[in-house]
Amino acid sequence: MGKTINIQPVTRIEGHAKVVIQLDDAGNVTDTKVHVQTLRGFEKFCEGRPVEEMPRTVCHICGICPWAHHLASSKAADACFGVTPPPAAVKLRRLMQNIAYVSDKILHFYFLAAPDFVIGPDADYSVRNVVGIVQAAPEIAKQVVHMRHLGAQILEGFAGRAIHPTFSVPGGVSKPMTEAERQKMLPSAKEMLEFSKFSMKFAKENVFPKYMDAIKSIGVIKVGYLGTVAPDGALDFYDGKLRLMKADGSYDDFAYDQYVDYIGEWVEPWSYQKFPYAKKWGKLNMSLDNPVGVYRTNCLARINVADKMATPLAQAEFEEFRAAFGRPAHYTLLYHYARLIEMLQAAEAAVQLLEDPEITSKDIRVPITPRAARGIGCVEAPRGTLIHDYECDDQGLITKVNLIVGTTHNNAAINMSVNQAAKLCIKDGKYDQGTLNKVEMAIRAYDP
Amino acid sequence: MPVKVVEDWLNACSGCEISILNIGDPLLDLLPELDFVHITALVDHKFFGQLGDGTAMEIPEAVVGIVSGGVRNEEQKHELQEIRKKVKFLISLGSCACYGGVPAQANMYKNDEVFDKVYRDCVTTEPAANPDDPNVPKWTPTCAAVDEVVKVDIAIPGCPPHPDWIVDAITALLQGKTAWSLPERSVCDTCPVIREQKSGGGPVKRWLQNLEFNPEEGLEKMRCINEQGLLCMGPVTLAGCAGKTGVPRCVLARTPCRGCFGPIRKGARPMVEMMGALTSVGLDPKSLVDRRAMMNRYIGGHGFLTVIPARPAK
Repeated sequence: MGKTINIQPVTRIEGHAKVVIQLDDAGNVTDTKVHVQTLRGFEKFCEGRPVEEMPRTVCHICGICPWAHHLASSKAADACFGVTPPPAAVKLRRLMQNIAYVSDKILHFYFLAAPDFVIGPDADYSVRNVVGIVQAAPEIAKQVVHMRHLGAQILEGFAGRAIHPTFSVPGGVSKPMTEAERQKMLPSAKEMLEFSKFSMKFAKENVFPKYMDAIKSIGVIKVGYLGTVAPDGALDFYDGKLRLMKADGSYDDFAYDQYVDYIGEWVEPWSYQKFPYAKKWGKLNMSLDNPVGVYRTNCLARINVADKMATPLAQAEFEEFRAAFGRPAHYTLLYHYARLIEMLQAAEAAVQLLEDPEITSKDIRVPITPRAARGIGCVEAPRGTLIHDYECDDQGLITKVNLIVGTTHNNAAINMSVNQAAKLCIKDGKYDQGTLNKVEMAIRAYDP
Repeated sequence: MPVKVVEDWLNACSGCEISILNIGDPLLDLLPELDFVHITALVDHKFFGQLGDGTAMEIPEAVVGIVSGGVRNEEQKHELQEIRKKVKFLISLGSCACYGGVPAQANMYKNDEVFDKVYRDCVTTEPAANPDDPNVPKWTPTCAAVDEVVKVDIAIPGCPPHPDWIVDAITALLQGKTAWSLPERSVCDTCPVIREQKSGGGPVKRWLQNLEFNPEEGLEKMRCINEQGLLCMGPVTLAGCAGKTGVPRCVLARTPCRGCFGPIRKGARPMVEMMGALTSVGLDPKSLVDRRAMMNRYIGGHGFLTVIPARPAK
């Protein structure tokens, strides 16, 4: 039996994983697996908890996208109580989500992914990181740190917390926005929009063209896509219908409460993370030549399933992207490109919301009363469609929880991409640390 | 000479690491003074060699070790023990590391019950055996705080911890100090709301309606949340969530505190003390729904949350 390569921990991602690559005697890849090594058990320990406490408890699932969990949970709780939040509450939820989105995109693009592209995939690991970026491009680094801080300040200044929020509650939100708060926030949102424009331009001029060969090769797989679109087909982060697209571009649209008919979850003995798959397409198969049931989520998936973007600048970029890469675009590293298009939409939407006079309405919550019910809430987390499905008893205490989170949807696809990248990069026993980093780049694109 | 630092997450959500990045401008001043020889979130140093051919976990020597997350499986336990051997000062960062955190609510259940639920009783999951491959580390008996496994020198609690305190603690170490801790004050000590030491009495209200306040006015014009009849864990929770200058961050959002900074001092019994605080404003603490999980949400390690055996049938 040949060598085993153990890449542990997978770095510059959010989460705990290792990659094990098995080589044959000739030094070629026979098998590659991404092992997710942690399980916390939220589905169990949420049982018995009051529904109204869920949005501020389950946000702890993820410290990078707590707002997504917070809002999906709020929507599931709205449904459990059978209420529709007032328009201003929905606008405030959307505003917070958009600002958190911009912050998240900055984090991922600049802190986690950029070292591979700005410093280079083969550079020594001691410089291929954010500290290396600070030295190589100090002005940009300063801007990036400032913008991250600005995002946190906006969220904290108004909603108390940037990480693990409490602001959204079943039936609405905990407080209205005052005119003074609106006026204070608007210039910051505009600054984020300017930075989003800069980032798109910077990446299109300095990053993507240089790495076109890598983009066209590393981690490429042809599978399906899942994302949320508004009734008019525009990409929507907060609400809409789910669209599940096959690799050939054909798709089904369905309401949240039908997700069980379309999505199943498979368990493999070698990963704590489950493997969601499109069960109408057949039994899950992760082979590179003939995958079945595998779909992807997160930005590239959303850009693929959407008919258009919801804001003008993002729309212009979307058109350029689609003209260049088609629909669906399958190159895995295009996730980075799609991420920046979404960052533009989020920043534009934040400014639009802050310019909407209704956002300062005092009508921000409807009354709620416990009852026995089931509630399903979905939003698009930065890393993919988030599904929170709760059942509660007549006291409003949780009896059952099902969660499918962004990166979990991508589990099968990540395994395939890493397998593909390992087979592509490791040949006849030849590899170095840069080669193994390219294998990890296939994971990082998904931003898990 | 920059100080060598190892940073690692265990049973964590990465919120603590995001809090480090949210330090903002002072981060750029701090970075040149620190040499991160391992930080999973940001630098590609590997435990089993850069070529993945090592047989034993290698943690580099460092002056400071920072660990977020509690201990949930055997590998995390081993990782933590190795880090402890290689660093001079160990910091437990965040409430998972300090107290077990939100995931330690799993301590209310037997491990088998959790696995039965996750792998065999979720509506979209096709029931299957528990993952048991050697590459999937086994669960430890409980979700533990870091100091239940190794000695901790400095604790920076919070979910997440505030960037001010991260900078403060690290700066103290850089200046040659060997100890650091948050002052022993309660969230109420930093909360500007109006207190009259009484409420309307009766049962503790569920958080089903918003607090009473005028949004155009500051917190100093809002009545204390406990005195409005709802549970706020402020009286038994360590202050510091808003950093050095701010007001409690959940209260700023006009929402009650749930105790994310943990107890005010070692040896405290927050649940007992909180029931006393509710009684003192005239509320009936026994009426609180889901009392045990509610009052120990962030501190389920250290035996605060355990499996309660089923009552024998009569």
